[in-house]
Amino acid sequence: MLSLYKYPNLVIALGAIIALLLCVQFIIYPLLARTGLDLELDKLDSRLRFWWTIVIGFLFGVVLGSKFLLLLIAFSCFLALKEFLSITPSRRADRRVLFFAYLTLPLQFYWIWIGWYGMFIVFIPVYVFLFLPLPMTLLGETKGFLRAFSLLNWIIMTAVFSLSHLGFLLVLPDSLNPVAGGIGLAFFLMLLVQVNDASQFIFGSITRERKVIPKLSASRTWSGLISGLVLTVIVAALTAPFLTPFSPIEAIGLGILIALTGLIGYIVFSAIKRDLDFEDRGTMTPGHGGILNRVDTLVYAAPLFFHITSYLYS
Amino acid sequence: MTGPAIIAPNHNSHLDAPTILSLWPLNRIHHIRPVAAADYFLTNPVLAWFTLNVIGIIPIERKRRDAAEDPLATSSAALEQGDILIIFPEGSRGLPEVMDNFKSGISRLVERNPKVPIVPIFIHGLGKSLPKGDFVFVPFFCDVFIGEPVYWQGSVDETMDAYRAAMEQLAAKCDAPAWE
Repeated sequence: MLSLYKYPNLVIALGAIIALLLCVQFIIYPLLARTGLDLELDKLDSRLRFWWTIVIGFLFGVVLGSKFLLLLIAFSCFLALKEFLSITPSRRADRRVLFFAYLTLPLQFYWIWIGWYGMFIVFIPVYVFLFLPLPMTLLGETKGFLRAFSLLNWIIMTAVFSLSHLGFLLVLPDSLNPVAGGIGLAFFLMLLVQVNDASQFIFGSITRERKVIPKLSASRTWSGLISGLVLTVIVAALTAPFLTPFSPIEAIGLGILIALTGLIGYIVFSAIKRDLDFEDRGTMTPGHGGILNRVDTLVYAAPLFFHITSYLYS
Repeated sequence: MTGPAIIAPNHNSHLDAPTILSLWPLNRIHHIRPVAAADYFLTNPVLAWFTLNVIGIIPIERKRRDAAEDPLATSSAALEQGDILIIFPEGSRGLPEVMDNFKSGISRLVERNPKVPIVPIFIHGLGKSLPKGDFVFVPFFCDVFIGEPVYWQGSVDETMDAYRAAMEQLAAKCDAPAWE
């Protein structure tokens, strides 16, 4: 329980988020359900479940130590990787290669666990990228080789490498962020990404006119984009002094960055889902996780936030 | 769901039977009995002990040695007891993610017990996770489609036709990514 006293600000922030979530879950959600309007409540439902998971994960992280939260993030990455590999086409011959692809995940998180930054940052972009084609060539199946390898590499880069940056925030030294440690930085990033996603989702549902990219997404509108940006910047500026080492200007800059990169992640993954006709498949077979829908906003935001933070403060 | 009944899924992987078993609560699981090939599962004493005593399989001889022998006798007796049988009508796992021809054993069982339903189940994805002849397990999502029960149609052929039609309908529901 030591760490409860170590980062009092984080405990207070978590308490506030839990109060907010309880309010949404038990007051706002039943009220919305009672109106009987077509409000896409299933989308709110999946978000609520995800938010509870994050909050409980951070709670465990604060009580039991950041390493515990790191394991939870590794497991979420595994689910994202599994979902991604399940929805994309693959070659029969590559079954064993996909097994190696799964092995990159425990290795990547092991580098994070021992705090080996140099290996963490080059392992997937250099070693996996260069050597994963090797077992594929040994199979001797050349038809569709380039396509299969490029696809697999993109999947590992996004679902393992990008998302694992959230994990490396956890093992950053306390000297970098004396107020709330690495876990505080991870919490700050998750908070902003989710505030941005929630406000884009809410305002996108209220006004469905003037879509940002009509071909890709029916729910992302200009009003949603702007309100998401404004709210994210406000929350960033208000919480940064308590959770991060950032000055107000830096906090506002990072708020803008997270709002925009969150949107980029969302749009890129929408394009992927469109390409795979996943919009339809998702509704036909329930229970297919849907974790990619929740973490797509982090794919761009996590690495950029991580690198800008370490550029500014280490 | 209570017995007697025949659960008839397609067969692509050793994971099929455990997946089907996992759909029931643990306290009912000893009533769910996979019917499995004696010539495969009973040859190795460790595997035989495990499958007979832990999984509770009903062994079946795939090659009839004696014309007077009734290969379906134990399965039929289990149905009369009210058990739920898992029978893979393809008879073998075959090529990964390919449906083979169905053998008529399930129809011959419901001919003897016409009130027993055959529940068609289509499983997709487990043949990718652990196909025949491989020991490396690779995680994938799998889909289990459960169809409406098929009853005795008056003849073995008609019952098999009804079952085949139900399976094709379930397979058409599954819109899986390419795996070539």
